[in-house]
Amino acid sequence: MIWSKRSTSSPSRADARLAGLCSAAAGLVAAILLLIVLFLLHESRPVLQRVEWLRFLTDASWHPAEGLFGLAPMLWATLVSSAGALLLAGTLGVASALFCRFYAPPSASRWFRRLVALLAGIPSVVFGFWGLTVLVPIIASWRPPGASLLTGILVLTLMILPTVALIADAALAAVPEIYLRGAAALGMSRSGTILGVALPAAKGGIIAGILLAAGRALGETMAVLMVSGNVVQMPHSLFDPVRTLTANIALEMAYATGEHRAALFVSGLVLTGLVILLAMVAARFGEVRHHG
Amino acid sequence: MAEAESLAVTRRWLPEALMTLAVWGSALLVAGIFLWLLGDLLWRGAGHLSWSFLFSSPLNAGRAGGIAPILVSTLLILGVAVAAAVPLGLATAVLLAEFLSSHSRFGRLVGLSLDVLAGVPSIVFGLFGNAFFSIFLGLGFSILSGGLTLACMVLPILVRTAEAALRAVPDDWRLAGAALGLSRTAALRHILLPAASSGLVAGLLLGVGRAMAETAALIFTSGYVDRMPSSLFDSGRALSVHIYDLSMNVAGGDGNAYASALVLIGLLILINGTSLWLAEHWLNRRILTP
Repeated sequence: MIWSKRSTSSPSRADARLAGLCSAAAGLVAAILLLIVLFLLHESRPVLQRVEWLRFLTDASWHPAEGLFGLAPMLWATLVSSAGALLLAGTLGVASALFCRFYAPPSASRWFRRLVALLAGIPSVVFGFWGLTVLVPIIASWRPPGASLLTGILVLTLMILPTVALIADAALAAVPEIYLRGAAALGMSRSGTILGVALPAAKGGIIAGILLAAGRALGETMAVLMVSGNVVQMPHSLFDPVRTLTANIALEMAYATGEHRAALFVSGLVLTGLVILLAMVAARFGEVRHHG
Repeated sequence: MAEAESLAVTRRWLPEALMTLAVWGSALLVAGIFLWLLGDLLWRGAGHLSWSFLFSSPLNAGRAGGIAPILVSTLLILGVAVAAAVPLGLATAVLLAEFLSSHSRFGRLVGLSLDVLAGVPSIVFGLFGNAFFSIFLGLGFSILSGGLTLACMVLPILVRTAEAALRAVPDDWRLAGAALGLSRTAALRHILLPAASSGLVAGLLLGVGRAMAETAALIFTSGYVDRMPSSLFDSGRALSVHIYDLSMNVAGGDGNAYASALVLIGLLILINGTSLWLAEHWLNRRILTP
């Protein structure tokens, strides 16, 4: 039985019932994650029994009909598009947060923040749709075919930018006022204060925000599916069409059976693994920030 | 001498100006692109939007007609998700905030699994929902499968926001309740939950907004069928899936896709705006007396 010390004040039977009920609910909630991992493992068993784990990551060919299930091209497409988007969204997002905190007049900063919060709520399918109807034709007129790694990166950037900007803004807001006053008292310039005091002090929060955005970028499906062209190949240039792991699942799940279906569940496992790894790193950063 | 001085001034002035330029440039770029996106959606979507669009069925694979059955399916899917996730989420939050100490091992385990769950990609929820709800539990492609999958997805948000709302109620109120001889159940019902209600509702709306924006988790659980659903066991197409299908699989469906996107964004702004407003403004907590 689970009781905290606080609860000894009123040992009623209704309370015991409520605590039992709540514990059961919490147990169920915790079991969902376990259930997800178990089902992913169970569904991918047919192909895991035949093919070695590492072959999924090293094989370069994805030919489900012939039993070849190399995830490498799609894994690379996922990693490269996420890294590109993080680079762009990280820079622009932190700059946006700096704009709100240090540069913008108060009314502009309020409107800018509202705009970014509004964008954080826009569904990925809408970003994808806009990318498809606006960005793809523009890039196609410059370098066909248009639906490419570059478009994927740009749309992903727009998707994760609000996350980075909002969290960096919160992290900058949490920098103690006295640091900034100290910098002003030392006669530091605005750029000096930002680069030397504010950003280092907010570093932990900003990195945590970027890692959170990285998780969203790795797991994003619809936006990249709609604009990246979906050809299974190693990304060699920014203008090549590529297919990410998530897009592959969404595209082939409808008709996949047997080992093919199992291989899609393996890619689900790989994605979950990547995201959990990222969450662990982010938690470490959170801890460092806590002690530091 | 004068030259050296002006060089020093430039050296101090230049990085400052460059930084200002870079920050203003980035902010204008971000605002510009986003206004472009919103303006484009409004510009191309508003023409197709009308009452008859909202209240008629799609014709010719969605190229013509409206989105009535799709709106109904979306609401039903959200209803199922809320009905399943709210009791579970609220009970878990009550346990974490009211019954367990922060050092409890079980509490930490639940918290950790919620944090990981929050990071699981939506397409993986789709895989799981397909394997578990659709096939293992035999619900097939149905509104029920889709709703339950979304329920799993929004649980972390619901629990975390509800937990924060409960923790924000001052401890004095709990002590006062205990001093009056209220059981914890009674204190929860008459003091804590009413006091936390604005936070609870804000969190709920946040979860609903998240569920409504979801596409990937629904394609293989609630399916594509765009007819009016007659029961929860029917397949139903959510609004976001409709936008995806119109833009990717239906040539000439862009006009209606724009209008649907506009409807979806409008609903989301309404939901998220209310949530924000509740979280910020509804500070006059009312205590209900029985």
